[in-house]
Amino acid sequence: MKNLTLKTLAASAVLVAGLLSPAHAAGDAKHPEAMDWSFNGPTGTFDRNALRRGFQVYKEVCASCHGLSQVSFRNLSQDGGPEFSEAEVKAIAAEYTVEDGPDSYGDMFERPALPKDRFVEPYPNENAGRAANGGAYPPDLSLITKARSGGADYIHALLTGYSEAPEGVEMRPGLYYNPYMPGGKIAMPSPLLEDIIEYGDGTPATIEQMSSDVVQFLTWAAEPELEARKRTGIMVLIYLTIFAGLMYFSMRKIWADQH
Amino acid sequence: MSGESTYNPSNGVSKWLDSRLPILRLAHDSFVDYPTPKNLNYWWTFGGILSFCLVTQIITGIILAMHYTPHVDFAFNSVEHIMRDVNYGWMLRYIHANGASMFFIAVYIHMFRGMYYGSYKAPREVLWILGVIIYILMMAAAFMGYVLPWGQMSLWGATVITNLFGAIPLVGENIAIWLWGGFSVDNPTLNRFFSLHYLIPFLIAGVVVLHIWALHVPGNNNPVGISVKGKQDTVPFHPYYTVKDGFALTLFLILFSYFIFFAPNVLGHADNYIPANPLVTPAHIVPEWYLLPFYAILRAVPDKLGGVVLMFGAIFVMFLLPWLDTSKVRSARYRPLFRQFYVLFILDCLLLGYLGAQPAEGVYIVLARVGTVYYFAHFLLILPILGLVEKPKEVPESISESVLPAAPQAAE
Amino acid sequence: MTDAHTPVTEEPNRRDFLYLATGAFAAIGAANIVWPLIDQMNPDASVKALSSIEVDLSAIESGQSITVTWRGKPVFIRRRTQAEVGDAREVSFADLPDPESDADRVVKDEWLIMVGICTHLGCVPLGQAGDFNGWFCPCHGSHYDTSGRIRKGPAPKNLEIPPYDFVGDTRIKIG
Repeated sequence: MKNLTLKTLAASAVLVAGLLSPAHAAGDAKHPEAMDWSFNGPTGTFDRNALRRGFQVYKEVCASCHGLSQVSFRNLSQDGGPEFSEAEVKAIAAEYTVEDGPDSYGDMFERPALPKDRFVEPYPNENAGRAANGGAYPPDLSLITKARSGGADYIHALLTGYSEAPEGVEMRPGLYYNPYMPGGKIAMPSPLLEDIIEYGDGTPATIEQMSSDVVQFLTWAAEPELEARKRTGIMVLIYLTIFAGLMYFSMRKIWADQH
Repeated sequence: MSGESTYNPSNGVSKWLDSRLPILRLAHDSFVDYPTPKNLNYWWTFGGILSFCLVTQIITGIILAMHYTPHVDFAFNSVEHIMRDVNYGWMLRYIHANGASMFFIAVYIHMFRGMYYGSYKAPREVLWILGVIIYILMMAAAFMGYVLPWGQMSLWGATVITNLFGAIPLVGENIAIWLWGGFSVDNPTLNRFFSLHYLIPFLIAGVVVLHIWALHVPGNNNPVGISVKGKQDTVPFHPYYTVKDGFALTLFLILFSYFIFFAPNVLGHADNYIPANPLVTPAHIVPEWYLLPFYAILRAVPDKLGGVVLMFGAIFVMFLLPWLDTSKVRSARYRPLFRQFYVLFILDCLLLGYLGAQPAEGVYIVLARVGTVYYFAHFLLILPILGLVEKPKEVPESISESVLPAAPQAAE
Repeated sequence: MTDAHTPVTEEPNRRDFLYLATGAFAAIGAANIVWPLIDQMNPDASVKALSSIEVDLSAIESGQSITVTWRGKPVFIRRRTQAEVGDAREVSFADLPDPESDADRVVKDEWLIMVGICTHLGCVPLGQAGDFNGWFCPCHGSHYDTSGRIRKGPAPKNLEIPPYDFVGDTRIKIG
């Protein structure tokens, strides 16, 4: 019993210590630069072309290691997203293979993906992902801009911020220096290289361009409701402001005989 | 409920009902003709705002429960399903998540208003105690609600808080295991938290009924803190305060909407968009903002049991407030010294809130200790002594007198 | 609307108008917030995405049927024999409680595709059974013919035909 209590004490001490110290560690990460995204601000919207280019970057660069498990192919044609046509989405989905079944003989079978299917995971499970990446699991990207403080700015800074490790910082093999990463060391090598892909619309594939495009795409993937949300919000605020005015004057009238 | 009922059934049906179940009479006497001091300012509108918050949380919560799955394998994805697929799901979830913060903003203003104007003093002690019970229930509901999305903060917040019970001597370990339904926070924990999170709001609603009952027996306190002397001091609740509460609620909704539609995640924590992982602790565990002062007190104490005792003590000392404040004067308007200590107390709470979000080391821990000591000193030393040594300013004869000659505008 | 006894109405003053406008505005707001609360129970985007299916018919021989699930309901797909089509075509409207010609119920004569739910109280009828060699519902004894039309028993209507199209010679899209 005593032993158990001690253990809990120790465990919670470790826990409490754990929550405190890394805030420090995070303190030495470089602060990401605030970008002027088109989706910023109360009337912000996504740039459709950037979303489509960003999807291409995700598909041709990120998708080999990173999943997008919360997103379905059908989402690519919905309002407020890249807004591909339904035929385009069908074609995009058909490039992937998913397992389905069981068929009438009880066997699982493979078929081309349909718009209703989710994006296909790069690894069958987390352990496979770790094994393929030297122990570091590439995180799922469907919520990445919401799951990191700094959001889109942070992801963009991270993608474009790789540099040589400064003097005195020792890098183990398999780790790369990135000043925006808390701790400065990241297991992902710089994923973007000049002209690593060829954009369908002829835009030059600079690192900056690819990074801002893919961050735009990932922001949409994390917040597909963003445009509808901001649009609704404007209407709600206009309504409430007018209603507050009406309420104010009604109140003045009602209270008039008390003063 | 002071005085005779003024309800006058206007037609056959309401007469018939009134002689069998006088519910319309109760509503009329409580919310229409209820005599209310005529000098209530905007700080008094938060009672109505809080009722609105409770109803909003219950309605959106019932709806979210229609789409949510309380299971460790599905909870996170079912929340994303709500955000992405359910019609208006994103709006309902953001209302519910930010609604919790709005609820606490309103309840803190409501409580500090009560502290400033001495609304806890006789004959309103029971009213105050019921309020503290509501506040504790709110914290329990909010904490369990934060666990349900089953993100990293959900899991680790739940782990830290339930581990507090492990500090109880002898039975602590067993209590923690009992709370978990296992040997760590896991599926059984999530299931029972979901069940209780659904239950507690209805308990709150029940205590709110008692709270309003206990309000309507002595009647409202008011900014001058003196009792109502007669009809000239009051106005009927409707339409005077329905419209005033309505106006204040509309302003409150503008703030609420700003968060829902333009900054839905600033009050939350990014780590909660990472699915819960029992093998990896997030870098920096912080509770939701409204619990931060208590978290700072918990961590200010180097001893685990001591920290837990002080943290719960900080909440429970509020129950004693009506008897710790020895001053006979209710409103701080006429208590110049108390007013200064009141401001210091607010600053202390804000300081503790800030420290709750900082790492507990170095100067932060020293400050947290100072803040904690001051927090308890305010209740246990300053308030009792102040009532004995302070010389209050002259209190007006009646509410009407305080309203009419000097201040032409009741709203302040 | 006689004017003789109509009391002289006071001219609506600014105060009344203000209260009316405020009340009307509140009502508009309430109506707008109620709609999301109702609409959230309607089929969501992921359910709607499953609302159409494609079925490959190439493996079904004449005289065979399969049952597929569409929107959570069984759909009977029967490749009818010439005799069955003939039977269905010969019936006169006078014998049908819910008159409908067989030609209106199929896209291609051979393929009969219908929702397999009895129009009486929602049971699933048995195939190639009953007095008309069509479908028979065991729950309350409704008999359907080889076109899925009600002929005898308590069911009021013919078996429902779901919306479908041929997207290839032997491939259909239901929904």
